Amino acid sequence: MATKLKPVDVVTIGVGLTGTILAKELADTGLKVVGIERGRWRDTDPDFAMPGVHDELKYVRDKELMQDLSKETITFRNAMSDTALPMRQLGSFLPGEGVGGAAVHWGGLTWRFLPWDFETKSQTLARYGANQVSDECTMQDWGVTYKELEPHFNRFEYLYGVSGKAGNLQGKIIPGGNPFEGVRSQEYPNPPLKTAYSSAMFKQAVEKMGYKPFPVPTAANSRAYKNEYGATIQACVYCGYCQFFACEMGAKASPQTAVLPALMKSPNYELRTLCNVVKINLDSDKKRAVSVTYVDSRGREFEQPADLILLTSYVLNNTRLMLLSGIGKPYDPASNTGVVGRNYAYQTPSSVTCFFEDKNFNSFMGAGGLGVAIDEFNGDNFDHSGLGFIGGGFIQAGSNGARPIEIRPVPQGTPRWGGEWKKAVSKYFNRNFSITIQGACQSYRGNYLDLDPTYRDAYGLPLLRMTFDRRENETKMSVWLTNKAAEIAKAIGPSKMNVNPRTGKYTIVPYQSTHNTGGTVMGADPATSVVNKYLQSWDVHNLFVVGAGNFPQNGGYNPTGTVGALTYQALEAIKTKYLKKPGALV
Amino acid sequence: MATKLKPVDVVTVGVGLTGTILAKELADTGLKVVGIERGRWRDTDPDFAMPGAHDELKYVIHKELMQDLSKETITFRNAMNETALPMRQLGSFLPGEGVGGAAVHWGGLTWRFLPWDFETKSRTLARYGAKQVAEECTLQDWGVTYDELEPHFNRFEYLYGVSGKAGNLQGKIIPGGNPFEGSRSKEYPNPPLKTAYSSTLFKQAVEKMGYKPFPVPTAANSRAYKNEYGATINACVYCGYCQFFACEMGAKASPQTAVLPVLMKNPNFELRTLCNVVKINLDSEKKRAVSVTYVDSRGREFEQPADLVLLTSYVFNNVRLMLLSGIGKPYDPAANSGVVGRNYAYQTNGNVTAFFEDKVFNQFMGAGALSMMIDDLDGDNFDHTGLGFIGGGWIGAASSGARPIDFHPVPPGTPRWGGEWKKAMARYYNRAFGITTHGACQSYRGNYFDLDPTYRDAYGLPLLRMTFDFRQNEYKMSDYITKKAAEIAKAAGASRMNVNPRTGKYSIVPYQSTHNTGGAIMGADPTTSAVNRFLQSWDVHNVFAIGASAFPQNGGYNPTGTVGALTFHALEAIKTKYLKQPGPLA
Amino acid sequence: MSESRSRRNFLKSAAALGAAVPAGVAAQSKPAPHADHDKQHAQHMRAAAASARPYMFLSQAEVAFLDAAVSHLIPKDELGPGAKEAGVTYFIDQQLFGGYGTMAKKYTQGPWPEGTPQQGYQSPLTPAAVYRAGIRDTNEYCKKTYSKTFDALTRAQQDEVLKGLDGGKIELEQVRSQFFFNMLLNNTVEGFFADPVYGGNRDKAGWKLVGFPGVAAVYTPFIEKHNVPYKAQPVSIADITGKVAQVDEHGHPIHVMLDDNGHPLSSRAQRGTS
Repeated sequence: MATKLKPVDVVTIGVGLTGTILAKELADTGLKVVGIERGRWRDTDPDFAMPGVHDELKYVRDKELMQDLSKETITFRNAMSDTALPMRQLGSFLPGEGVGGAAVHWGGLTWRFLPWDFETKSQTLARYGANQVSDECTMQDWGVTYKELEPHFNRFEYLYGVSGKAGNLQGKIIPGGNPFEGVRSQEYPNPPLKTAYSSAMFKQAVEKMGYKPFPVPTAANSRAYKNEYGATIQACVYCGYCQFFACEMGAKASPQTAVLPALMKSPNYELRTLCNVVKINLDSDKKRAVSVTYVDSRGREFEQPADLILLTSYVLNNTRLMLLSGIGKPYDPASNTGVVGRNYAYQTPSSVTCFFEDKNFNSFMGAGGLGVAIDEFNGDNFDHSGLGFIGGGFIQAGSNGARPIEIRPVPQGTPRWGGEWKKAVSKYFNRNFSITIQGACQSYRGNYLDLDPTYRDAYGLPLLRMTFDRRENETKMSVWLTNKAAEIAKAIGPSKMNVNPRTGKYTIVPYQSTHNTGGTVMGADPATSVVNKYLQSWDVHNLFVVGAGNFPQNGGYNPTGTVGALTYQALEAIKTKYLKKPGALV
Repeated sequence: MATKLKPVDVVTVGVGLTGTILAKELADTGLKVVGIERGRWRDTDPDFAMPGAHDELKYVIHKELMQDLSKETITFRNAMNETALPMRQLGSFLPGEGVGGAAVHWGGLTWRFLPWDFETKSRTLARYGAKQVAEECTLQDWGVTYDELEPHFNRFEYLYGVSGKAGNLQGKIIPGGNPFEGSRSKEYPNPPLKTAYSSTLFKQAVEKMGYKPFPVPTAANSRAYKNEYGATINACVYCGYCQFFACEMGAKASPQTAVLPVLMKNPNFELRTLCNVVKINLDSEKKRAVSVTYVDSRGREFEQPADLVLLTSYVFNNVRLMLLSGIGKPYDPAANSGVVGRNYAYQTNGNVTAFFEDKVFNQFMGAGALSMMIDDLDGDNFDHTGLGFIGGGWIGAASSGARPIDFHPVPPGTPRWGGEWKKAMARYYNRAFGITTHGACQSYRGNYFDLDPTYRDAYGLPLLRMTFDFRQNEYKMSDYITKKAAEIAKAAGASRMNVNPRTGKYSIVPYQSTHNTGGAIMGADPTTSAVNRFLQSWDVHNVFAIGASAFPQNGGYNPTGTVGALTFHALEAIKTKYLKQPGPLA
Repeated sequence: MSESRSRRNFLKSAAALGAAVPAGVAAQSKPAPHADHDKQHAQHMRAAAASARPYMFLSQAEVAFLDAAVSHLIPKDELGPGAKEAGVTYFIDQQLFGGYGTMAKKYTQGPWPEGTPQQGYQSPLTPAAVYRAGIRDTNEYCKKTYSKTFDALTRAQQDEVLKGLDGGKIELEQVRSQFFFNMLLNNTVEGFFADPVYGGNRDKAGWKLVGFPGVAAVYTPFIEKHNVPYKAQPVSIADITGKVAQVDEHGHPIHVMLDDNGHPLSSRAQRGTS
């Protein structure tokens, strides 16, 4: 009963990080672009205004900027032998909802995956052999190299005004930057943020140990900055209400600060909010997408025909829509065939919390990405022979804004409540900092996404089902890395420390990170990937799927910088190849 | 996957008005009785305590005591050629939830249906002939007479301490009472409540016009009273927070005040709250119920075997459970065959708002059922020849607690908002009262219940679908008696009035009454009724369906008194006949 | 290569034309640029600073909109404060922030065909979302029509807009205007008359307007005093929990009776009324 609308050139499903960039660029070429967003319009003024935005309960505990699960959620189980049950409230990861998506409430860390990350499989086999990973591990090369992506990384960093210090500038290693990073053609657009006390202590200690610390590259701009779209991003004020919050200053780069001011002025662009896409419709051969069906804010169904459809609705929804629409062969873990839903991965975070008797860290100050890191133990930057795992992660110490409802660590052994607990919270709230690790996560046969057989969303459609657990590789890696972090901590000399490697079954309850990856992986071989190196669907050539869903496995960094690079990679292919000659690009 | 429990003798599905009485009486005979209630425990202390009990927003607007629709609702349409849609919020009627059900928040009017009501069909045909009603009208006799029910009416009134004045005592007409009522064996247990000013003006006016006014019989006790169970009901204080509220004084008779203090002490009774019955399970021949299945507060499924299953869960749920469990043949309106869901009816309310320039009424004082009534235009109490309808209703002026969110009448022609409206509200809030015409509603082929094909509850089961609209009979009747009410208002000296008979399509949006009837109707003939004169299922002899679901059509009175009588009537049959020899009783 | 040529080539494969985008699905788009955006922003910031109550749900722009709108629905006049003075905007804020705003106890599963008026509320939007969308769309209309947001219009213009929403002469994009207006009017009445504990009915302005005593006393001695106005100092729930009002053994307040000028009667006269 859907009302068919007049065709447009391009539809983006979801108006977040990737969707806004693609829309802006394609609208600029004269194409008519429609962005369809299930959530509402949001902007710095008035939605992120002071003082209301500095409300920990509202934004952290009650997750104001994040997906409303009452209409739709995912179901989760650790293994195929369990029954998946709905994730009834948010915990482990926090998808966004509303214009800007999760890039409104992100922490801002903006990395470039290592050259090794893009060729994990071939380089691992070459250096260590097949026995270094389990039989079940389905790691793959990405089908694109770091070098090919370099200009796109650069463009994204300059769009978002990333603050940092280059470590490898055109092949030359620069002291003070990350010596392990891939070659970059340009310095960062903005200098690094200031250094917090915890970062300074960390830096001192690791330098003594012979490591090479560098400031974490972040999209909190260190100074007022105007990007190529003419948008001004303000200077960060270290308010400590960063990650999980929206920036009242307009200093954290986001679609709102970096793209939308220009995009919303484009006469070729139309935004439709409160509209939920329920299907991508294919022609009878199932080789071409003809339209998308969505339900609007008044409950009406519309069919929007378009020549080019960009799936930019976050990892989980991208996979789900492909499954619901019959695009690509669904992955079947039992037979290890099919591709859509395959190679779901996550992150393996861990930490060491250091307590001091006599130092004050003003932990409530900071920004989401304010920190100093070392990369010696990331990727394949160290010899893994005999260790029984691959991958690693950066290790950092920073000051990200400690607010007391969620972040008030106490030394191990302190009771969970009562007088002693109260004293410990009071004493250590400002006398602690954590050394944190974002560990890599490989992909496995048994970790995948499909459609749930029982639970449905408010529209009556099956929920996405996630089957996931970490494997021995991740546990070993986490223990090993966390020990390294503990060594650093020891060298710093706290009075006490809590060492927390990531062990045990994966649980969706405690927050870990919103670094879900996979499900629509990119690759060179259509038998093991959903999209090609340009993020074009192998099956439906006028569909591009853009997001961390493209990662075949997850590296030891936050994903957003690489997502930005992939966005420009796809964009370039669309502008210079696809639009000239629509069809399969590979 | 349900866990099977040890058998008990009796299960009541729902613990409200009817369920508590049956449970108390049967537990007293030594039987093990389990009451299963989907809502929570509620009691005068502490749940209905001052001052929080006097909160119009909470109780009237946000319907604190009523069904939570997020888990389950009904779908509604006016006619079979429409698509039924969910009733997403409460409006027209207000089912209860929690121990005591709707009898916690009821208004308290406690009538005995007229002798004519029980023989509507035969007496209508005898007096007026078949042409007096539409062909589509499915009026029926109840299969039981007023005289047979008289002792049960009496018992219920004495249990609930009803305050009133007899009008026909053992055949003798008593002035000051209702001269049209069926003959009663005893006076009311309590004298009438006091008379508010609006009722006095009404009384004076109708007396001049030759009508016979009397105080409405109400379950707000006019003095402290102890009933046969030893429960004390307190004296009403006319606080005006009655209907839609729970009585903080314990003066409005309810399961809480009249039955539960004793029932909860009985070692043979077990109450299970937050348990939702999803099915009544039958044996393989489908002639006997063996158990009920319910889901508890921890999401676990249980099967409770029992010898006797009493469906006491309100009209909607009684019918829905019968349909979901396959008890009785579902009604098919096209073929006019089947019985479960048949003859759904409602109430046909109209009103006249009378405005005065020189009198104040303090309408915020009162009780749910504080009013003067006339019955001259009810039932067949007047000659309907040539009028084109049957039935009628009571007409009365009440002072039931006029709280300003809901009650701020303004004369016709006043704008809906703005300065003029504000002035009119201020002027007339205390200078107006309503005369209500509370009319009967016949049953028709096209008004019925079945299961919805699209929408489901939180347990995944189809919602009940209601197809209903008023017919010419109801509009004509309402117009007739509301005109009479307008005459009364004029005679009382109103300077202006709003005259609102029931017109137009039935809408579930504005509150009208919680007087839903039918769907599992009683009768003498199993082809046109779902239960027999004892409310025993014709098909499954150990299932009794008790409530206003048994009414073949609705009379002009509020239903509760008659529901109480039917409860005791069924109880007597169970105690004296069924338990001695289980099997069909008719 | 010319852009237009490549675009023509690209469009050659476009599907057959379908329906035009109907009214009501038009571009929600680009907020119509208006010259005094910065000025309005500064005004909002000043308003935010001036406003003493911390709004949990509404942005300052939304507060400004609602303050203006409700001041027309129930205006201040010689009878007393109107809805704005009574804090109705704050009441609405609190309601939208809570279970009413999120439809906690209502049925929310789809699908959501619009249905007939008799079938009631069928929107996929919660009341919180309805307000957001309704305020935004109304402001878009005002900017297109008057080059200003609603709160910056003259009183007469605001009145015109409200009358247009009530009756559907002005149609909005994301929500039907009558649906939004009715919700706003209903919530305004609620906020004006509800117990002050909810943030509206400040100083019991609504109750005083109509002469409603609030939490009820024992009326047994009064109900048969016919045609005698019951003039009492209204009592709220907080008066009782805060022990400002005296209560009897059942928790009913002992109303302080007032004379015709609204002053409490002498204590002997108080006793004499019971």
